[in-house]
Amino acid sequence: MASGIKDKVVILGMGCSKFGERWESSPADLMVEAFEECIEDAGIERNQIEAAWFGAGIDAFNVGASAMPLAIALRLNYIPVTKVENMCATGTEAFRGAVYAVASGACDIALALGVEKLKDTGYGGLPQRSRGVENDMYWPNLSAPGAFAQLASGYRAKHKVNKDDLKRAMAHVSVKSHANGVKNPKAHLQREITEEQALNAPYIAEPIGLFDCCGVSDGSACAIVTTPEIAKSLGKENLVSVKALQLAVSNGTESSHESWDGSYLKTTRIAAQRAYDEAGVKNPKKEITMTEVHDCFSITELVTMEDLQLAEEGKAVKDVLDGTFDADGSNPCQIDGGLKCFGHPIGASGLRMIYENYLQFQGRAGSRQLSDPKLGLNHNLGGFPHQNICSISVIGPYN
Amino acid sequence: MIGITAHGAYIPRARLNKKAMAEANAWFDAGLNSLAKGERSICNWDEDTVTMAVEAATDCLSALDKKSLSTLYMASTTFPFLDRQNSVVVSEALNLDRNLRSMDIGASQRSATSALISLLEANSRGTAMLVASEHRRTKAGSRSEMLWGDAAAAIAIGTENIIAEFLGAETLSEDFVDHYRGEDSSFDYGWEERWIRDEGFMKTLPKVVSDVLKNASVNAADVKHFILPTEQARTPAALAKKLGINAEAIIDNQISIVGVAGAAQSILLLAKALENAAPGDLILVTGFGQGCDAILLRATELVSSIKPKLGVSGAIARRREDTNYNRFMSFNNLVEKDIGKRGEADKQTFLSGYNRRKDLLTAFLGGKCRECGTVQIPRDKYCVNPECNKLESQDDYPFADKNGRVATWTADRLTFDWNPPAYFGMVEFEGGGKLMMDFTEIAEGTIDSGSKISVHFRIKQFDTQRGFRKYFWKASIE
Repeated sequence: MASGIKDKVVILGMGCSKFGERWESSPADLMVEAFEECIEDAGIERNQIEAAWFGAGIDAFNVGASAMPLAIALRLNYIPVTKVENMCATGTEAFRGAVYAVASGACDIALALGVEKLKDTGYGGLPQRSRGVENDMYWPNLSAPGAFAQLASGYRAKHKVNKDDLKRAMAHVSVKSHANGVKNPKAHLQREITEEQALNAPYIAEPIGLFDCCGVSDGSACAIVTTPEIAKSLGKENLVSVKALQLAVSNGTESSHESWDGSYLKTTRIAAQRAYDEAGVKNPKKEITMTEVHDCFSITELVTMEDLQLAEEGKAVKDVLDGTFDADGSNPCQIDGGLKCFGHPIGASGLRMIYENYLQFQGRAGSRQLSDPKLGLNHNLGGFPHQNICSISVIGPYN
Repeated sequence: MIGITAHGAYIPRARLNKKAMAEANAWFDAGLNSLAKGERSICNWDEDTVTMAVEAATDCLSALDKKSLSTLYMASTTFPFLDRQNSVVVSEALNLDRNLRSMDIGASQRSATSALISLLEANSRGTAMLVASEHRRTKAGSRSEMLWGDAAAAIAIGTENIIAEFLGAETLSEDFVDHYRGEDSSFDYGWEERWIRDEGFMKTLPKVVSDVLKNASVNAADVKHFILPTEQARTPAALAKKLGINAEAIIDNQISIVGVAGAAQSILLLAKALENAAPGDLILVTGFGQGCDAILLRATELVSSIKPKLGVSGAIARRREDTNYNRFMSFNNLVEKDIGKRGEADKQTFLSGYNRRKDLLTAFLGGKCRECGTVQIPRDKYCVNPECNKLESQDDYPFADKNGRVATWTADRLTFDWNPPAYFGMVEFEGGGKLMMDFTEIAEGTIDSGSKISVHFRIKQFDTQRGFRKYFWKASIE
């Protein structure tokens, strides 16, 4: 029986570019920015990297196809490089490739890098793109906020939540992330907002307003991973290891079968339970002390708290409004600002979340440092509530 | 005996207020104020003569056995496709038999009456349906814009369960050019109304009508329903008087309710007459354009009992007032609108892919699993029921006639839509099956989880670069 990934692989180094509207920077510039920080942190030479996984979400507007853009940008030494794309789970997917390669013994040191250059598309928001020949013929022409707004109506119907109460809780989610983002010099959005601003912003896709939406950003994040033994032999201390890496991909049940009511993320529930089992987490509320979740929209974060078992089903509105997930709450969420304020360069996001875990566990998170973080959970959702990919990583100090 | 066996109608829900239209253009032509009475029907951005024909035919089929249909003719002068048989698109949306005889008939305002005569005289096997549909574009500030409307109507012709017996028809073919639309033009060009009345209607119609009445040994005064499609307000009365038909027999052209629906007008008014006809009533239908047609019918005992679900009166009643003339101009491409970057995305239809999924895209067929009974759309290789997942276990299952409820929804203001916000969401169908789909005809504040819906064949997208349009089904609140 498989024993899982727990503590088999540690992070040797990480890097993350400044996220934001990086008009002056090319995708290669962003990759190099993240990589330089990462390799310096790892304390190795480029030629020690034996394999790489490269994540970028939207080819057409980005770096182009294949793994070559990474190999060229970083002048990698003709090593195997694999391009991965799994929508918003892309960054975690790149990390998974590198971690699994090390765990398998196929290589000692591997690199994962995610990048996205969204601000060359000319769009505010994510660019308009094809969903494939057949899907385009009958799918609604849905925007990302339009797809996730479905979750709000589904949640409201299921739990009989008053429209205004839900909207207020959604506003609280964003106000909290903005407050956290202020403390993060690499964050795209570094200013506070008020609940009133969030509530009164124009609708993008009812009930999602402007401040319920995450930043659309340029950025890159990078990790170098190895075995605990090699890390120790390189003189590394305070090792941070991978406790769980899980992925759950919709198989069409949510979109076509009555067993799903649209009020939650089926994939998140499945991936979370698998991740908890893999990491040996019995009581998530107590054991998971920081979360970086896929707050593409405030409603997603709110519902995700229930799907991760950090709030009772139907109780997230109350818990959010009670401040449970605020920086000083019992389960701080998005301490780095989240997608909401750190920003969301799609291919980089999963790695950016792990970067924040890594800094927190090493005590290097500056003014936003949590007092005693024990386990971090990172969560990405690629696609739409009715058809999506959920990736979850659990990261913590290596014992 | 042959005759009419069923009828149905469709009128777009949106009715543009004529005062608003006149106010927008009276600075240029103050005469428009004299036409600013009532309202006219206007196609939504996602409606055309094909989608309206599907609706009218569906209404007609509500009083008819679909399996009996052997022929489908579609009449219009505003087909969306000049070379792609529009009636076949309609037949596939209705999920009719593939061995159907089908034909498009156009190029004249009397195309529908000519098609009707052809069907009544053909004595073909089974039941035939004629659906007439019209959506004429008009220049901004024109009288036509004020007087015309968009609509469709359907008539079934057969030899069993006849509601109106065919007594005879006459035709005069004459190249009288009251108006025309050349191959390179989107708009009609017409001549003076008084000349059209005096030298056209008043001269050609009396001879043909007299002949049809004489051949059937019928007195003009006995005609109970007289149909003369025209936007000339007083011409039907003038002709009735000249022919000896009672003024009460004139079927109103509905100029201030719907507007004159071009080639569909004769069939729409026939459907209206049949709705109100008593057994034994004589119905005289005429069509004018490059000559004229006259058809005489007599209502049977069944006329009062075989009625469509909606009918003309139902279609007229199902209305939503619109006062936004700018939006009407935008829907009809009368202004070059800034549609934004999201509107620029390429909308090419990959025809081989389209052809593979016509069962879903046009007929709106899903699947029902033979093993576990799960209903699903789209139909896929494996059953979607997690407890089943059997391979190729699904039989065709129609969704076009199913109602449902809204499970989740939104009003999306970010994505491109010709009439923002774009409403879409998850629909759960009665009897099983669910689909994330577009909504249409949604008024703000009228939709929520639990709202009841029906589904309608509509335009999904225009590929303006290549002159193509995609159709699919959308949900509307019932």
